[in-house]
Amino acid sequence: MSKDLFKNRHQVILIIIVAFAVVFVLRLFYLQVIDTKYISLARNNAIKEVDVYPTRGMVYDRKGELIVYNEAIYDLMITPRQAKGIDTAKLAGMLGIAKEECLHQFKELMKVKGFSSYKPNVFMKQLSLRDYSRLQESLYLFPGFFGQVRTIRKYPHRVGATILGDIGEVSERQIESSEGYYKPGDYVGKSGIEKVYEKELGGKRGKKFVFVDVHNREMGSLSKGEFDTLAISGDNVITTLDIKLQEYAEQLMQNKKGSVVAIEPNTGEIIALVSSPGYDPNLLCGAVRGKNFNALLTDSLLPLYSRPTLATYPPGSSFKPVVALIALDEGVQGINYAYPCNEAYNAGGVIVHCSHKHPSPTNIQYALAQSCNPYFCQTFRNSLEKNPGMSVSQSYDKWVKICNSFGLGVKTGIDLPSEVRGNIPTVHYFDKIYGANRWKFATIISLGIGQGEVLTTPLQMANIFACISNHGHWITPHIVKKITDPVTNKDVTHEYEVHEALIGKEHFIPVIEGLFEVVESGTAKAARVEGITLCGKTGTAQNPHGDNHSMFAGFAPKDEPKIAIAVVVENGGYGSAFAAPIASLLVEKYLNDTIATKRLDIEKRMIEANLLHKYGVKTNKSAGMKGEGEE
Amino acid sequence: MARKQESLTGKIDWLTVVLYAVLVLFGWAVIYSSSYSGDGKSVFDSTVNSGKQFQWIVASVILAALILIVDSRFYTTFSYVFYVMLMLFVVLVMFVGVEVKGQRNWIRIGGFQMQPSEMAKFAVSLAVAKFLSGLNVDIRKWKDKWRVFAIIGFPMLLVLIQGDAGSAIVFVALALVLFREGLESYFLIVGASVTVLGVMALLINKYILVGSLLVLALLIIYSFRKNRKMAGIVLGLWVIASGFVFSVDYAFNKMKPHQRDRINVLLGKEVENGKDWNIRQSIIAIGSGGFMGKGYLQGTQTKLKFVPEQSTDFIFSSIGEEFGFVGSFGVIIAFLGFFYRLLYVAERQKSQFSRVYGYCVASILFFHFLINIGMAIGVAPVIGIPLPFISYGGSSLLSFTVLLFIFIRLDTQRYDTMR
Repeated sequence: MSKDLFKNRHQVILIIIVAFAVVFVLRLFYLQVIDTKYISLARNNAIKEVDVYPTRGMVYDRKGELIVYNEAIYDLMITPRQAKGIDTAKLAGMLGIAKEECLHQFKELMKVKGFSSYKPNVFMKQLSLRDYSRLQESLYLFPGFFGQVRTIRKYPHRVGATILGDIGEVSERQIESSEGYYKPGDYVGKSGIEKVYEKELGGKRGKKFVFVDVHNREMGSLSKGEFDTLAISGDNVITTLDIKLQEYAEQLMQNKKGSVVAIEPNTGEIIALVSSPGYDPNLLCGAVRGKNFNALLTDSLLPLYSRPTLATYPPGSSFKPVVALIALDEGVQGINYAYPCNEAYNAGGVIVHCSHKHPSPTNIQYALAQSCNPYFCQTFRNSLEKNPGMSVSQSYDKWVKICNSFGLGVKTGIDLPSEVRGNIPTVHYFDKIYGANRWKFATIISLGIGQGEVLTTPLQMANIFACISNHGHWITPHIVKKITDPVTNKDVTHEYEVHEALIGKEHFIPVIEGLFEVVESGTAKAARVEGITLCGKTGTAQNPHGDNHSMFAGFAPKDEPKIAIAVVVENGGYGSAFAAPIASLLVEKYLNDTIATKRLDIEKRMIEANLLHKYGVKTNKSAGMKGEGEE
Repeated sequence: MARKQESLTGKIDWLTVVLYAVLVLFGWAVIYSSSYSGDGKSVFDSTVNSGKQFQWIVASVILAALILIVDSRFYTTFSYVFYVMLMLFVVLVMFVGVEVKGQRNWIRIGGFQMQPSEMAKFAVSLAVAKFLSGLNVDIRKWKDKWRVFAIIGFPMLLVLIQGDAGSAIVFVALALVLFREGLESYFLIVGASVTVLGVMALLINKYILVGSLLVLALLIIYSFRKNRKMAGIVLGLWVIASGFVFSVDYAFNKMKPHQRDRINVLLGKEVENGKDWNIRQSIIAIGSGGFMGKGYLQGTQTKLKFVPEQSTDFIFSSIGEEFGFVGSFGVIIAFLGFFYRLLYVAERQKSQFSRVYGYCVASILFFHFLINIGMAIGVAPVIGIPLPFISYGGSSLLSFTVLLFIFIRLDTQRYDTMR
């Protein structure tokens, strides 16, 4: 033992043990006290920020009827980093897709902008509750996968698609301009009031911090939710629509192209707004949206086109009340102004014919009742040539301004995403075409009878008659009455602007009498309803592409107007053929809630009328399409 | 005889027993925490690990009491019998055993599973003690060296065949016992040098390593320049070392990729495909505990299952996460105290048998401590062996209890000379 390096071997062993313990303590001191990065690493592991999506607000009609609500659907999410050793064939089977499709989906996922294998990505969108609950039972077999509940919109009445609009995935441009609020895959309003009232309906997204385990399963909230922010539900929107009337109007307009706009004159509230052919708004909900959207987009009948605010037509005779009002207001012609109808009007070589034979009008009421073209050509001429001390050009300029005050040639300001101005040609426009002072009344004669360059939307037409029924003012037409916070029940009611037409109030009385006569005894006799003082004006807009457009605009009752209405049936011929009867049925339904027995045959005829052959198609494709979950 | 009976409780080394109890109960609390899911299950609920561990603790207490009651000559006399029986048992398991986590070394008795290879530890320890305490046995003689190597090597081989490299490697710890009993120091020095050189060969470029060693050798030769013989020895050692470095490198490159990955994980090198995930998560758990820890039942890494095997092989990560540096330090100090006490008790034995057995107990427990905690904090190879008394598991708790309490029983006879 004398040569032994270690004389006290048990001490050597003790030293070895202590030496290792010291190494451990030093290492622990480094890990736990000096290097602090592990705290955040553990946090990143265990704490996940989860978006809490608010419930989107619901939409009601003017009578409190629910017209848009939410239904739960599920997005199947995947955190690729955790999805290892997945039985792809089995997953594909559960999802009802081919294995190749499933693998393809994995590849597609990685191409998405901002893809991260550590973050949940949408693997499959919008599984129905039925599909998801079947999958959920086996979801534990597929680590990294989980379902995220979302909602889709449901429209129980299946009408009003262009007004109500739809929701869809947020565009990249919107994400960029939202300063981080929107994330890819979020849903936002894409059209209609869903778009216009996105801020109110959308609510505010909340954030939740939860513990997740290694399988990314949520394991409870952090600090009892102390750092969470609640999602604020979207506000409910109470619209001005009468969904019953809307349904009835869409029924009457089926198999016809055209529009219906109904406004409550003293409030500017839109009661019904139909774009025909329409489509079931449920078609653009859920997983079927993309497919259906493309089908609707390529439909030659343009169901996605919002005709009431975007389509423009020459208003034809429906424009004559405005021509009459301007002439009366300027004093260039009195109520009892008489003008002989020779069935034609010759303005320096330009001949305007009258549509039918009638005695020569001796006052403005009768001229309106018979829709006498020569009379109104002369009336328009008087407005241009008889203004004391004004040139034709100056007079026309004034005429345009008055037209604008009726909401013509300008936007009405309706709360829908898109609206066109229509057209009232300006002095500048004619100067450009013909040269300054090189044009005169004869050049623009057709404007007097609502033809030529003048163009109006159906909304503007209805609005003119709302204005006339109000004796000279109109309120910005609108679809939303008020917005209600579902939690506090507090209402926000919008104030809408009142616009004054530049016409003396007294001049409306004779014109209204004339419009009353139109229905009582004139061109719209067919639209007369027992017990309702309907006033209105037919119109037959010339259409170079085919049959004339059938139009009618009016209001009722005469003294206390409750509804102003405009109906356009494209290629429907005379105003009295389709537009006037449809308008009268709607007015009757709205005011009386029922259709008189003896008018049921008119109703039947209108519902059954099919003009599709005039548009070169046999069937309305969109009527046969299926929404989400419909077999 | 009456006096002797009376004083059995008085002769028991209660300090060791108390340290044992503290570690076991602390382990039980940590097991409860690592499988705690906030669903209000009791610590005794036998559907969770802590409830099962409670049953094992009760079994251990009964077993410990039985061991203390039995006459200590029973252990000394039947040492080889235990050894042979356990070896047969281990062999038997190879044929009738149950496979758990890829290792066919479990046996099912009633509702419980047992690992006979765990039990082999006390039998081997008894056999080593019996052999070294034998008359005329001298560890410095090659004949006796081979015999003791065989006693230790045979079970190692059996366990290795079963695929449980972790349990096999534990027997290496008995080298400390042999050292204490007089094995020449150069075994320790050569063993340590080989280990250090082997690790360096894997970590450092082999040419740089061999070059540095040459520089070192030349410096030594220069400083002993008057001693020609020394120069020869140093150069010879350098040649042997260089050969070793190249052969390690060669062997490493001959390995299969997954084996190479495993070694790289041990060495803390970057590994692809997240194969070092377990160890990384364990380090994150411990590191995130900070100085004071996250608090009992508050660990996220372990509770949310980011750390695998969090109640068995990686239980130290639960301790580090929930009790922080203070708690980890405390556990290390407790073990250190425990080892010190074992060595102290071993040294006070009059009987060589008891002393050798005591050293066996201390070495085996220390080796488990070293590998288990070292692995959890990323300084030791990833070898899945339990932390004594603390890790969840019946086989390990019972086998450590048997191992320890036989020693405590032997210690009660410390004034007698036993063979």
